[in-house]
Amino acid sequence: MSAGVGGSAGQTVGGTPGRIVGGRHGKIDAIDAMVGATKYTDDLSLPRMLHAKLVRSPYAHARIVRIDTSRAEALEGVHAVITGADMPERYGVIPWTPDEQALAADKARFVGDAVAAVAAVSEEVAAAACQLVHVQWEVLPALTTPAAALASPLRIHEANKHGNVTKHVHLDFGDVDAGLRDAALVVEGHYGFHGSTHAPLEPHCAIGWQDAAGLLTVWSSTQVPHYLHRELAKVLGLPAHRIRVIQPAVGGAFGGKSEPFDLEFAAALLAIRTGRPVKLLYTREEVFLAHRGRHPFDMHYRTGFAADGRILAVDAKSVLDGGAYSSFGLVTTYYSGQLLASPYVFGAYRFDSTRVYTNKPACGPKRGHGSVQPRFAIEVQLDKAARALAIDPIELRRRNFIGADSRTINGFHVGSNGFLECLDKVEEASGWRARRGHLPRGRGLGVAGSTYISGTNYCIYPSDLPQSGVQLCLDRSGRVRVFAGTSDIGQGSTTMLATLVADELGVALDDVRVLAADTDLTPVDLGAYSSRITLMAGNAALVAARDLSGKVKAAVAEKWQCAARDIVLCDRRAQRLDDPAVHVSIQQAFQWAEAKFGTLGSVGSYDTPRQDVHGDYRGGTIGASPAYSFTAHVVEVEVDEETGDVRVLHCWCAHDCGKALSPVLVEGQIEGSVYMGLAEALLEHHEAMPSGLRDDGRRRDPGPGRDGLLMASSLLDYRMPTALDVGEFHALIVEHPDPRGPHGAKEAGEGPLHSAIPALCNAIFDAVGVRIDELPVTPAKILAGLRAQRAAAANAHRPMPATPTGSQ
Amino acid sequence: MLPPMLRLPALDVHQPANLADALALREQLGPGARWVAGGTDLLPNLKLHMVDAEHLVSLRALAELHGITVDAATGELCIGAATRLADLAADPDVLAHAPVLAFAAGRVASPQLRNMGTLGGNLCLDTRCRYINQSELWREALGGCLKSHGTECHVVPGGQGCVAALSSDTAPVLIVHGAAIDVLGPHGASRSVAVADLYDTDGLQHVRLEDGEVLVRVRVPRQPATARHAYRKWAARASIDFPLVSVALRLDLATTGLDLASATGTATLAGGQLAVGVLGPRPRVLDLGRFAGRPVDEALALELGDFAFARCHPLPNVPYDAAYRRERLAVEVRRAVRGMA
Repeated sequence: MSAGVGGSAGQTVGGTPGRIVGGRHGKIDAIDAMVGATKYTDDLSLPRMLHAKLVRSPYAHARIVRIDTSRAEALEGVHAVITGADMPERYGVIPWTPDEQALAADKARFVGDAVAAVAAVSEEVAAAACQLVHVQWEVLPALTTPAAALASPLRIHEANKHGNVTKHVHLDFGDVDAGLRDAALVVEGHYGFHGSTHAPLEPHCAIGWQDAAGLLTVWSSTQVPHYLHRELAKVLGLPAHRIRVIQPAVGGAFGGKSEPFDLEFAAALLAIRTGRPVKLLYTREEVFLAHRGRHPFDMHYRTGFAADGRILAVDAKSVLDGGAYSSFGLVTTYYSGQLLASPYVFGAYRFDSTRVYTNKPACGPKRGHGSVQPRFAIEVQLDKAARALAIDPIELRRRNFIGADSRTINGFHVGSNGFLECLDKVEEASGWRARRGHLPRGRGLGVAGSTYISGTNYCIYPSDLPQSGVQLCLDRSGRVRVFAGTSDIGQGSTTMLATLVADELGVALDDVRVLAADTDLTPVDLGAYSSRITLMAGNAALVAARDLSGKVKAAVAEKWQCAARDIVLCDRRAQRLDDPAVHVSIQQAFQWAEAKFGTLGSVGSYDTPRQDVHGDYRGGTIGASPAYSFTAHVVEVEVDEETGDVRVLHCWCAHDCGKALSPVLVEGQIEGSVYMGLAEALLEHHEAMPSGLRDDGRRRDPGPGRDGLLMASSLLDYRMPTALDVGEFHALIVEHPDPRGPHGAKEAGEGPLHSAIPALCNAIFDAVGVRIDELPVTPAKILAGLRAQRAAAANAHRPMPATPTGSQ
Repeated sequence: MLPPMLRLPALDVHQPANLADALALREQLGPGARWVAGGTDLLPNLKLHMVDAEHLVSLRALAELHGITVDAATGELCIGAATRLADLAADPDVLAHAPVLAFAAGRVASPQLRNMGTLGGNLCLDTRCRYINQSELWREALGGCLKSHGTECHVVPGGQGCVAALSSDTAPVLIVHGAAIDVLGPHGASRSVAVADLYDTDGLQHVRLEDGEVLVRVRVPRQPATARHAYRKWAARASIDFPLVSVALRLDLATTGLDLASATGTATLAGGQLAVGVLGPRPRVLDLGRFAGRPVDEALALELGDFAFARCHPLPNVPYDAAYRRERLAVEVRRAVRGMA
């Protein structure tokens, strides 16, 4: 397990002497969070602030005939009521699919779709006023499954050209049919991946305020201040320079705050209308309704293998249950296939993915966006093949390794690649060779591998501008100020910037002040999504820091009559490389530099490579990343054959993050990813009640009812594992530096989630011979599998093997 | 950061100094008043507007509702109704005289909730159902139910009675201990009710207490040396959750003291009781007299599991697959017996 964090946040232990990068330090803002001093959006309160609430639809699918707000407006304490007609402009985080309105103006598309908002003197009055908003509905049949939506002539979005299909992608690489025909083994399987949501501890919150000069400020618990800035300007019809977006500390996001939501638009417009600050805080239920979580996938996979285990062809077909809006769905649909062609060589590859609108909360990007579901399918396929071909599953994966500096069959360039070392590490740490096949029945080991992007080569809107910018200032007190548009959502991007800058400028972590995510004060960064910040903002910060360190060294060199290259900045000192006894304080060095150059500031920016890194076909840029991370998991489980309980005893996760700038934070991301992945596999389920039929089979009349109601919209019913429910996690860092990353760093926040889930299911099979191809894993499914196994054994008139290891 | 939460409706909280004042106040305030002790069940329900109250009368500070004693003559264990579950779980007298009750109290919810929740509150827990314990928006979208401004039961289509489930961890345990509660009425009228008789089958009004009556204490009789007890709770998570399956078991053995086991090493059953929770508004109590004379062994464990399976029919009233809960119930009964064999 990980070693402790030595000393205070500002101190670093381990690593290279004099260097901050690679040392064991904590987050620079951890102590505030630990003592409860961190100010989240809801902790902010402005003079004369009003409180807003949203009126939400009780119908999964209903046309709005008219809305009467007069009674609500008449209630004492109510200052303004707005409806969809006040902000009709359609928007979407992906500019090609603008299918959302700040408040739905024409119809509600899921239970909970917001149609009006009220600002009042208190939350209580606002809530009471919401009850007085009268909406006349024309109720429509709810389409709550992709099958129902595809079969129905009714369109959830009338303007959509393809019925209820939000996106269809079909891509072919090589001759798949020949590959399958020539295969020694074809594994064919149907896989189900259920929906789950992010459940951040901090609910979404926004405050709007327009000052006397007309500047609109929106504070929001967002992870994409820049995209929010753009969409606010579009929907409110204000020029962007009249809007300022500030992201205070965020208490978790995981992808669930990576696009604009109704509350930000509503708080902003209500603030404009009332001339007072307006706060809108989601209830916990509203966080579940906002959703944008993991898409449910229905997948059919055929994979052809040569007798030696090489993957000759993969044929994948997926249906994605998108929910009521597009969100990032265009990207999700591509990712469902585009991110699968590594770390293994595919001889040929075809995928066909269809995303469908349904009358449920919209799905979107959750940690491991779009690629966790197909990864589950392919890694279980590989496990089945390994058993059928009698090849060790780790060995089978090694034989298909794509290698470093390689190209995937769909055209993406892979730089550094530590996947083999990941496999080696989990194999060794888990005692795989000695233990696998020798565990008692009920215990099992499973392996899986995966890859993920470190940001995307292309911005989600067409742009030639840098993806990230950083501005630095040196202070004559020896302090460094960092201005960056980056969103720290708990992943540690603020600490990452401080680490790189402190390391370059020779100051301690404590000496770096990071001001982040304020569109008036900081340069643009596109946001905390696609695991992009470390690589992109990190590179921008390095450019800016090297500019300043050059100036400081030049000033010191001038004083000491030596070359700038002979000066080292470290440990709060400037010193001679060849004679460390010759040194001055960093404060003095900064002052010499300021005297020589004037006020010390610099900028750095990063943009992605655009040449020769992606496929030359429509969609060939989606999934292209400057650098790819790699992960391998081994999970050890214990299965109780009487109850069906599955207990994870251990999960070893080795992750190639290129270079761990802050190993403690990387280990935290690995452990958090493993927790989140196993949680959604075993317990969490974001699920709506099916429409149409009652439990007794009778068809209900349209009207209020069960259609599309969330089964779990509280933290009691949406079961996140407690500390008692998880096993031992072992975070193993693998470092294969990528030339495109700062100091070689790649992502660490999302990759370590993916293969935890198939490794778990492969371990369950190893333990009791039951395949869980439809997630989530439940005790009832285990018992059903064991019953089927017994029935099959009885039919075969032969006893069960003592352990299924080695059998297919 | 302030915890995200729904707002409590405006209400007055009263903190009477003694029990007599509390009863008088409650009578004076009328039907708009509710008792509150730990509030861990009532306050969330108020926030969800599942129940209404204009006044809350706090029982926390009433000395008459506190204290744990053992009657030296009878061996009866007497527990104040306002005893916190955390204190109950750790109390030496309870651990000595009714260790399974302490165990069950220690399995309620989570440490924080046990630090607030009381034994009386756990016995008077409101019934729960997946169609009730939801927000106003959710219940409006559903169209209500028998317990929530509606006419249709969504658990039992066409059902006329509310089948919301009692999720108390302590009630089944107290039933198999033969425990009773002392109740005080508005004018000081006292009565005693066996815990087994406390509950009704109506999920809307499942606790047989009159408006204004207060649960003062719980009395647990001394258990004979031949009695063996067990409580088993299953929930999807190891903490926080209400039980999805709960089983309290008492086996009465035919012999006492050191001669419990026969020459074969197996005790013989004289009788016993099984109380199963989370089925409906009241625990299902099954007498085990028919198994008298049987050795307490694996065969009995399997048979009692089958017996419980045949007699109990978990409904889709609480979350989770009802068919699995029924299977799980049989397993938990088996395991309760095995723990005693």
